[in-house]
Amino acid sequence: MADKDIDQVTGTDTTGHEWDGIKELNNPLPRWWLWTFYGTVAWGLVYTVAFPAWPLVNSATAGLLGYSTRAEVAEQIAAVDAQNAQVAGRLATADLATLAPDDPAHRYGVAGGASVFASHCSQCHGSGAAGAKGYPNLLDDDWLWGGDLEAIEYTVRHGIRNEVDADARWSEMPAFGEILEDAEIAATVEYVLQLSGQDHDAGLAGQGAVLFEEQCSACHGEAGEGIRDLGAPRLSDAIWLYGGDRETLTQTITYSRFGVMPPWGARLDEDEIKAVTLYLHQLGGGE
Amino acid sequence: MPQDAAPPPLYAPREPIFPRRVKGTFRTLKWWIMGVTLAIYYLTPWIRWDRGPNLPDQAVLIDMAGRRFYFFWIEIWPHEFYFVAGLLIMAGLGLFLFTSALGRVWCGYACPQTVWTDLFILVERWIEGDRNARVRLWNAGWSARKLRLRVTKWAVWFVIAMATGGAWVFYFADAPTLARDLVTFDAPLVAYSTILVLTATTFVFGGFMREQVCNYMCPWPRIQAAMMDESTLTVAYRHWRGEPRGKHRKAEGADKLGDCIDCMACVNVCPAGIDIRDGQQMECITCALCIDACDEVMARIGKPRGLIDYLALSDEAAETQGAQPRPIWQHVLRPRTVLYTAMWALIGVALVYALFIRSDIDMTVEPVRNPQFVTLSDGSVRNTYTLRIRNLTAEDREFRVMLTSDEILRIDVEAEGRVPNHVAVPANETLQARVYVIARPQDAAAAQATTDLRLWVEDVETDDRAGVATIFNGKG
Repeated sequence: MADKDIDQVTGTDTTGHEWDGIKELNNPLPRWWLWTFYGTVAWGLVYTVAFPAWPLVNSATAGLLGYSTRAEVAEQIAAVDAQNAQVAGRLATADLATLAPDDPAHRYGVAGGASVFASHCSQCHGSGAAGAKGYPNLLDDDWLWGGDLEAIEYTVRHGIRNEVDADARWSEMPAFGEILEDAEIAATVEYVLQLSGQDHDAGLAGQGAVLFEEQCSACHGEAGEGIRDLGAPRLSDAIWLYGGDRETLTQTITYSRFGVMPPWGARLDEDEIKAVTLYLHQLGGGE
Repeated sequence: MPQDAAPPPLYAPREPIFPRRVKGTFRTLKWWIMGVTLAIYYLTPWIRWDRGPNLPDQAVLIDMAGRRFYFFWIEIWPHEFYFVAGLLIMAGLGLFLFTSALGRVWCGYACPQTVWTDLFILVERWIEGDRNARVRLWNAGWSARKLRLRVTKWAVWFVIAMATGGAWVFYFADAPTLARDLVTFDAPLVAYSTILVLTATTFVFGGFMREQVCNYMCPWPRIQAAMMDESTLTVAYRHWRGEPRGKHRKAEGADKLGDCIDCMACVNVCPAGIDIRDGQQMECITCALCIDACDEVMARIGKPRGLIDYLALSDEAAETQGAQPRPIWQHVLRPRTVLYTAMWALIGVALVYALFIRSDIDMTVEPVRNPQFVTLSDGSVRNTYTLRIRNLTAEDREFRVMLTSDEILRIDVEAEGRVPNHVAVPANETLQARVYVIARPQDAAAAQATTDLRLWVEDVETDDRAGVATIFNGKG
């Protein structure tokens, strides 16, 4: 390097590159740096051959090692399933009524039931299980078909008013618009309002009481206390599936309601049914 | 530059550096700091500290799996991580303070890279001899002797490197147990891989890369340079006293020469391989060994010490005129350093205060908002809260859960088979319990939108309590 182009101000030699009179100083990096750089290039090449990397038209190169993130996830899921197989098996065959709360199978069920609920039930019953109009709130202390573990499990397994499962819970309220006059329906509504302790017309309610005795009490009970075997709601409390105001009650009595729930017995595994049952039972309203 | 000339090299091989042995005040100080810092690093995990039967007895332990940090009598839970953040801020401010007052004093004395490089050079000197012998050995061809010396040196370095990597893992597990597991090959893989990586980095950084780590890999030299100013005391050469330098003291015109006899002692001892007489440089870690080397020479030729010394740029003009430099305290005590000290102390006091006022019960209350409330059959309104109680002590404790509010509310803690509304929290654990708060239909809380309340937990035995304010959502 006889012809070193030395920058006069700094005394450093330059790279010889010049742009509009500005020269680039040469402050060389250490050589190990260069070799590290070459090393990363080599590593990069090997890596793209060994692992999925190069994009093609429809997919990418698979890589010589055959690694796939999807396969890895499947493997991990299988591993977790295998790990849980014992406790899940125990839960599947357990008698829920006698399963102690500190039993690992119970804890597994409550935790796993939350996932089952989120995947399969929350679409209708809400992510917080608070229900919606026509879809029961599962947090409160009022159950249409029963709130003990056995009743919940049966409802989950067979569903309600569906044509799929022959054992589905079934009942049907008539549409009283075809049976009663509008004035009679209005009177019945006043009596139902009275039953649940709301503001009502006492005179009409008196007429309604007679109609209720004739038309409604067979399913909803003499005092509107409901009959669980028929899924007939209790009318004397503060909880309403569709609404307890005058307008909604008129609509309900005139046209009837027909809430359907699919059976989950065929779609969920045995341990999943038990898990979601345990989960629902401990939400705050279990009996 | 002619077109046909070969381009200049863009990458340069490392220039080997052979620091000479030196004696003096700063060298002695550095030996002491090296001894103390290495001792702290290697021995700390082995200190025992009795915390009772439920907690580990290691004085300093970072328990990753259990998510606890133990430091003597202090135990830090993950939610108290602000203590660690505070300590890091203090470390940062401390570095600002020292750098603005004394330049790169961290780099020169306490940085692990400096301490371990110093240790590795000590081993090198012990095995291969001092500077001249090492230069000769470097230039000599390979022989049985050179091979023997090199292998011996590398072996000792390797043992030190392994001890360094080995000591690190003891901070994360019970040291005696882990030590036994390590030799019987029962230790977890992560312990071995950590030791392997740290052994490799210590061996390479301390043995071969040395000043390259500071020059090319470490951001601190650049950042610290920005924190120094003209009043900062840093290692410098009194060129007004030393120049013009010259060896030949008896030659003609020697009376015009400065004090520097150009003996190169300062260059020969420098672990960064620079000449301090060229002025402040990015490579200089201010280890002050050149001060010791120069003082030794000045004493021998009968001149006052301090040709190379801790100096501030602001004194240069005055000293050139023959005045004395300002006293050290004037350099150190400046608004900037006072401000750093004040901020540092403020955070320190705040952390200590936080440490002393923290309760050994810690609770959080998370209202369930999906849904905000549930109507019960009798018209009551029920809210649900997730209560977390952390028992920060080494004993199992039982708490009663209570509420206070201006309105009438009833509390119901979901905990089966115990005294109503009592919860048991095992030692050093967090308990999660669901708490229901219920307003009867006739009470105000059921009708109005929100009602303030406070949930309390009270130790059944000691009556220590903690409370958290929250709200009750009604139908309004």
